[in-house]
Amino acid sequence: MNKFKTSSNTSQEIPMAALPDIIFMLLFFFMVTTVVRPNEILVKQQLPSATQLKKVEKKSLVANFNIGAPKNVHQYGTEPKIQCNDVFIATRQIPQQVEEARAKLSEPEKDKLTIALKIDEEVKMGIVSDVETQLKEVNALKIIYNSVKPR
Amino acid sequence: MKNQTKRGRSQLNTGSMADIAFLLLIFFLVTMTINTDKGLMMRLPPKPDQPLDMEIHERNLFKILLNSHDQVMVEDKLLDNMTGLRQDIIDFVLNRGKDENSSDSPEKAVVSIKTNRGTSYKQYIKILDEVQAAYFEVYAERAGVTPEIFRALDHRDPKQKALYLKARKGIPMNISIAKPSN
Repeated sequence: MNKFKTSSNTSQEIPMAALPDIIFMLLFFFMVTTVVRPNEILVKQQLPSATQLKKVEKKSLVANFNIGAPKNVHQYGTEPKIQCNDVFIATRQIPQQVEEARAKLSEPEKDKLTIALKIDEEVKMGIVSDVETQLKEVNALKIIYNSVKPR
Repeated sequence: MKNQTKRGRSQLNTGSMADIAFLLLIFFLVTMTINTDKGLMMRLPPKPDQPLDMEIHERNLFKILLNSHDQVMVEDKLLDNMTGLRQDIIDFVLNRGKDENSSDSPEKAVVSIKTNRGTSYKQYIKILDEVQAAYFEVYAERAGVTPEIFRALDHRDPKQKALYLKARKGIPMNISIAKPSN
């Protein structure tokens, strides 16, 4: 009789002490994998909205060009500029930037390079076509006009 | 005696620790944006070594003109609203010689977008979006899926790639971007 009584005294709780550790582990995983912002964007980026969106299949095969009016108007003026990897570049420097991006890729991937054009919607077509002309020079023909889903 | 028992159970209460960690976790989950590049895929025409003039018959060309005031002219008519444009393009592409003023065959059909240097990029994307929507609707119908599913087809999967190629066979997406006028 006495034996039964003692056994019913054991606690029925699940040990919760390890739970914070698990959650922390998840937390650290997300903190490490999150890339807050690879490089600072110096131009206005209000992307146009479009419905026929496609995803880029492989992110490593993408070279970015940001085009828009500079955020810092006092320093750079209001004319739209092209930004690539943190710096403003002139239109004629685009082929060089494309070649640099290509150099990082392996041989079979070289012609799969996609140029992501992140263009502010207020930009006029003149500069866009200038950029495209330069891209044709180096045979970088696969482009994507980055746009967002309409709300 | 009373004091001793108290000291024996001097543990930190870790029960709320999980809650705090959860809060942080959810915060990071919400603020994290996986920056996937999404947009309109295009293939630029290769740079011509010499100015080539390929003969494109007038009837096989669907002309869209945009001026610097963002006005749109489709087939020599001013366009007021964009709603009918998609169906017009679909009819044009799939005409197969029925109408004399429309395309001979889907292969020969070319949708030409000509802008002005002063056209806004926003308007250009809007038009390009409509043109691509028309083509994707045609493809999706042939593939027997919705346009959304068709666009999301994964090219690395052979099965999906085959479906993609099958739907596109004979109907290339001929979108010509003409050099802007000044």
